[in-house]
Amino acid sequence: MSVQSISQPIAATSGAKTAAERFSLENRLSAWQIGIAMSALSLGIFLGIMQGLEHAGIDLYSYIRPAFQSYYQGLTIHGVLNALVWTTFFITGFFTTAITRSLDLPISKPWLAKLGFGMMVVGLLMTAYPLFANLATVLYTFYPPLQAHWSFYLGLTLIVVGSWVAGYAFYFTYGAWRKENKGVKTPFIALAALITMVMWQIATLGVAVEILAMLLPWSLGLLPGTDALLGRTLFWYTGHPLVYFWLLPAYLSWYGMVPKQAGGKLFSENLARLVFWLFLILSTPVGFHHQYTDPGIPQGWKMLHGLFTYGVAFPSLLTAFTIAASLETGGRARGGKGWFGWIRKLPWNNPSFTAQNFAMILFAFGGISGVTNASYSMNLAVHNTTWMPGHFHLTVGSATTLTFMGIAYWLVPMLSGRQLFSPKAALAQAWTWLFGMIFFSNGMHMLGLHFGAPRRTMLGAAPYRDAAWNPLLMESLLGVTILTISATLFFYVIIMTVLAGKKAKEPVEMPIAESLDDSPTPAWLDRWRGWVYGAVALVILAYGPMLYVLVNEMQLIPLPPGFRVW
Amino acid sequence: MHVDKYEQVWIRISIFVLVVFTLAVLTATVSAGIQVPGVEGRVDPNLITTPGASPWAAPSVRELAPGKYEAYVLAQIWRFDPGEIRIPAGSEITFYVTSKDVQHGLKIMDTNINMMILPGQVSKLKTTFNNPGTYDVVCHEYCGIGHHTMYGQIIVEATADTTTTE
Repeated sequence: MSVQSISQPIAATSGAKTAAERFSLENRLSAWQIGIAMSALSLGIFLGIMQGLEHAGIDLYSYIRPAFQSYYQGLTIHGVLNALVWTTFFITGFFTTAITRSLDLPISKPWLAKLGFGMMVVGLLMTAYPLFANLATVLYTFYPPLQAHWSFYLGLTLIVVGSWVAGYAFYFTYGAWRKENKGVKTPFIALAALITMVMWQIATLGVAVEILAMLLPWSLGLLPGTDALLGRTLFWYTGHPLVYFWLLPAYLSWYGMVPKQAGGKLFSENLARLVFWLFLILSTPVGFHHQYTDPGIPQGWKMLHGLFTYGVAFPSLLTAFTIAASLETGGRARGGKGWFGWIRKLPWNNPSFTAQNFAMILFAFGGISGVTNASYSMNLAVHNTTWMPGHFHLTVGSATTLTFMGIAYWLVPMLSGRQLFSPKAALAQAWTWLFGMIFFSNGMHMLGLHFGAPRRTMLGAAPYRDAAWNPLLMESLLGVTILTISATLFFYVIIMTVLAGKKAKEPVEMPIAESLDDSPTPAWLDRWRGWVYGAVALVILAYGPMLYVLVNEMQLIPLPPGFRVW
Repeated sequence: MHVDKYEQVWIRISIFVLVVFTLAVLTATVSAGIQVPGVEGRVDPNLITTPGASPWAAPSVRELAPGKYEAYVLAQIWRFDPGEIRIPAGSEITFYVTSKDVQHGLKIMDTNINMMILPGQVSKLKTTFNNPGTYDVVCHEYCGIGHHTMYGQIIVEATADTTTTE
């Protein structure tokens, strides 16, 4: 049974309205969210280029004062804009389209969706002010007792809570769909997006408590001090599932949309559903693997979270098979023969497909270095070295970002009603991102592994910098250069599509892959309660005892008034 | 639930690989004595530098027995105290490190010493330096505008029986 066919009852009730009319609010919301996301990304990438140059010994920050005061201010803005703003805004925008089209139902409580969006925008402005005024140069992890301006904390909270509210609008829409479609299985794309939003809801409780109960009151002078370890623990409670919040929308596209773009079908939809449920229960109880080198947390707890982290690698391994098999159905349907001949037949001239395919390839390597990071015994060799930015530029910087760019190549035409401006430039963008990221991330990985060069550090000015590091720093600079070209192409294509793209002859539609396997979906893959209880139970098991101890032992350590380290 | 037969094989391989990884990590941890910091109790960063109040009031290296040392290191913006540690090759040294102000990191190049340094907490790890040479001790957590200048050195001096090693 195809995904489209099950929602026909609703479509039939909508009369003669065109999709553009039925979904005009959704289209406008998506367009705004994605537009803000891309604006943030453009500035975030610009600062990334500045950092790459600094590492190679070319410090341009002195030329852009007073707009940006220091490398570390630039690094903070790079992290917040790219990792938090670009991702969160793009994901809510993408889901606004994905969920409503997958259910073929407009948002049932528009005021809730508008409220969520409004909160996110206000939050962004409140976060931006202290960032640009150099009042919150605390990096995107804002570890206490680095103290940012209160507006930074409140702004971040509003962005997160705004994304929750956007999620509530999705849940109500799902509820309305369910009422009309009793006994029908939830379309895969809607299910995957909804699970991601529920996971996000559970996962962000940690950072919400950290900010609302500790950092915000402290920054307003209502609390005398902070507890560094408790702050880190609450941050990483959210910090690891945060990476799945970035990744799962990409998985959604790889499972639910890319097979269609490749001319094939989703190979095993039931397993794909299982994968998302597994992410719901396993994403959060793993945060201590970011704290292997922290004092004050018993080794046994670190080991347990390390074990769970291997567990959460399992759904990603399943994904690797299903996606490859789905693409193979596409390559063969397009006339591909033999063991590998189908690969050549994939639509390599389609920039949306190609970008996302390269995102998958880069993610395979990001996954391998991720498993290394998560390994209790090997983490010591790479923790807080440049290996880490090498790793996450393959994950959030490629698996997520390059996939979102690929999605933008159909989503922006769909929302704007215009044809993609230059598919050739968009293709070149995908290729340059692939090669730029290979050089950049290999240089960073190796520099961290072999020389222990620290991450988040102004390496160009570090007295312990060794001449032996230079070849690897140059390799990553080469990567940065190619990535600069790639990013320029991306923004060129998007801006020109919106401003000068030809009117699309037919409305662009969201790609929805059909399922190859038409065997029935077991009921337990479409029921929420057990999975949500399981997720909460695992979080309580993995975090409850340790959080109880940390809260009991909490020391709110004051710093001298006005103590500011940047 | 129907699952394709090749996919079933892949699922088994995936589980097998993850079990092997788990066993490998456990084996390496036990047999190679890999250690990560654990619980060493809390300290008050605003009191530790009061003379006589704690070992970090006068951070230093002490010889406990021939070839056995302990180092009390205080991290603060933007230096380690002591900034230079000299020990003979072949020494085992245990580090007890805490921070007086913000979070710091401590990594000793070419060793497995890698830890976060938090105000209020004590990070403890030990290692043995067999090869003479100079080892940079680098702060690897952002701690302010001078973060990249925060480093120290461990100078492992050759002794009569280690001069022949590299």
